[in-house]
Amino acid sequence: MSLRPTTVTSYAECSARQRLALLLDAGSFHEWLPPAERVTSPHLAQLGLPCAFDDGVAVGRAALEGRSVFVAAQEGAFMGGGVGEVHGAKLVGMLRRAVRDRPDAVLLLAESGGVRLHEANAGLIAVSEVMRALLDVRASGMPVVVLIGGANGCFGGMGIVAACADHIVMSDVGRHAMSGPEVIEASGGVEEFDARDRSLVWRTTGGKHRYLLGDCDQLVDDDVQAFRAAATRALDQRRPLTLTALEAEHRLLSARLAAAHDEADAFELWRRLGITHPEQVPDRSVRDIGVWVASRRKEVA
Amino acid sequence: MNWRELCRALFGDRHDVTEDDELLRGSAHFDGDLLDVLGTTGHAAIGYAMALRQARAVLDTIATHPGRTIVLLIDTQGQRLRRHDELLGIHRAMAHLGSAIDLARRRGHRVLGLVYDQALSGGFITTGLLADACHALPNAEIRVMRLPAMARVTKLPQELLERLSVANPVFAPGVENYLRMGGLASLWQGDLAQALRRSLAELPTEDRRAQDGAERGGRRLAAATVQRILDAA
Repeated sequence: MSLRPTTVTSYAECSARQRLALLLDAGSFHEWLPPAERVTSPHLAQLGLPCAFDDGVAVGRAALEGRSVFVAAQEGAFMGGGVGEVHGAKLVGMLRRAVRDRPDAVLLLAESGGVRLHEANAGLIAVSEVMRALLDVRASGMPVVVLIGGANGCFGGMGIVAACADHIVMSDVGRHAMSGPEVIEASGGVEEFDARDRSLVWRTTGGKHRYLLGDCDQLVDDDVQAFRAAATRALDQRRPLTLTALEAEHRLLSARLAAAHDEADAFELWRRLGITHPEQVPDRSVRDIGVWVASRRKEVA
Repeated sequence: MNWRELCRALFGDRHDVTEDDELLRGSAHFDGDLLDVLGTTGHAAIGYAMALRQARAVLDTIATHPGRTIVLLIDTQGQRLRRHDELLGIHRAMAHLGSAIDLARRRGHRVLGLVYDQALSGGFITTGLLADACHALPNAEIRVMRLPAMARVTKLPQELLERLSVANPVFAPGVENYLRMGGLASLWQGDLAQALRRSLAELPTEDRRAQDGAERGGRRLAAATVQRILDAA
């Protein structure tokens, strides 16, 4: 009998620590370098910016439906979840510890704009260290599951890190891509990407689009318990990185490029994927989209 | 230094590296071994398609020349900033490239990166920064993002960023700072072929950049923080 609340709690509106408390087995999260240890960024003070006592990420061990997991949760409210020297090192430490201690899986509750520009050079190196450490976890046979549903999305170097995982869960309000719309607009102008056009942003980077393309494995509603159920389902979903697997990935990504060679927009891309009324996708429920993709995958199989 | 001069300095005429639309590919004889060379030129923007072309080259080396050393020559303005690349999933294409380089290392290929002109964030993070070690020429430039875009994203005044990027090692573009922070293993001075020889002989198998950054005083907390997590109760 579950004592968990049956009301819906928005994943997007939760802080990183609220997500950990609600998503994992109650009381199971044990944090390494908690805020009391005051491990903070050495770089922000010189910019006159406040520090966070956890540098914007909580890491530790926990249980999910009784299974052992190592977990990290990035706090989007602190510097957009940006990866600085300490933040990145905490992620690397957790991943290296996973290789040593072998939990059943690693969960990454990703919410990040990528490299924290306020400590740009250190952040860039740190993100590449996280990437290598994550691939070490996969190579030693543990699945890495990424959850994306925070208001800041998952972008930049963290967008790449997340795409290196075995399994990605997104909500329909989650966004996963590389350069944020503001950066593209600043570089290429508003005609290249209008960052204020919310529906354009969502159909370019949002959860439904990613799910239709096959870039995320599960699409869920913006509900912490839906994320918990999806993460639980993902615990045994390993995808070993072999030459055969990477050749298959290469064929898939090449076919996608060929299908969109004329710079087709999202609606046209969805139409080519076989969706008869692509203009209705933004209004469709997560459930409807899931049913459609499941039937489509059955056809392909 | 352009890529032709670079290849001549490294390999003399004993290479067949060619350029095809900003992608460099070929192989070279070096000290009795064949190396595969892969790179970009013309400050190439790394879009979805370019990431796939680079990944193809790495996968070809893994499949056809098991164990052969790969030298990555880096000159990029960073990830391509286009909406269409985002729509296609440039992050996944970049992850694919990074995974291919990572797989090559795991299967016994030595992978060495060299920034010979410029490197920016997204074009660098899944190539040189995933190699066993990355080096740079002294005149090369490494940075994360151009200042106007950085000012917009951070909401910090551009004047402040310009001032910081002169003096602050964490901000300032420049290969010396990356060396101090452990992101680069060394700067290649003088005889480049000799520098390649030395660098290949010294390639690490573990990721020791955080320790290097601590020892060189450029990144004081990274290695210690990793260790504290490993030691925590």
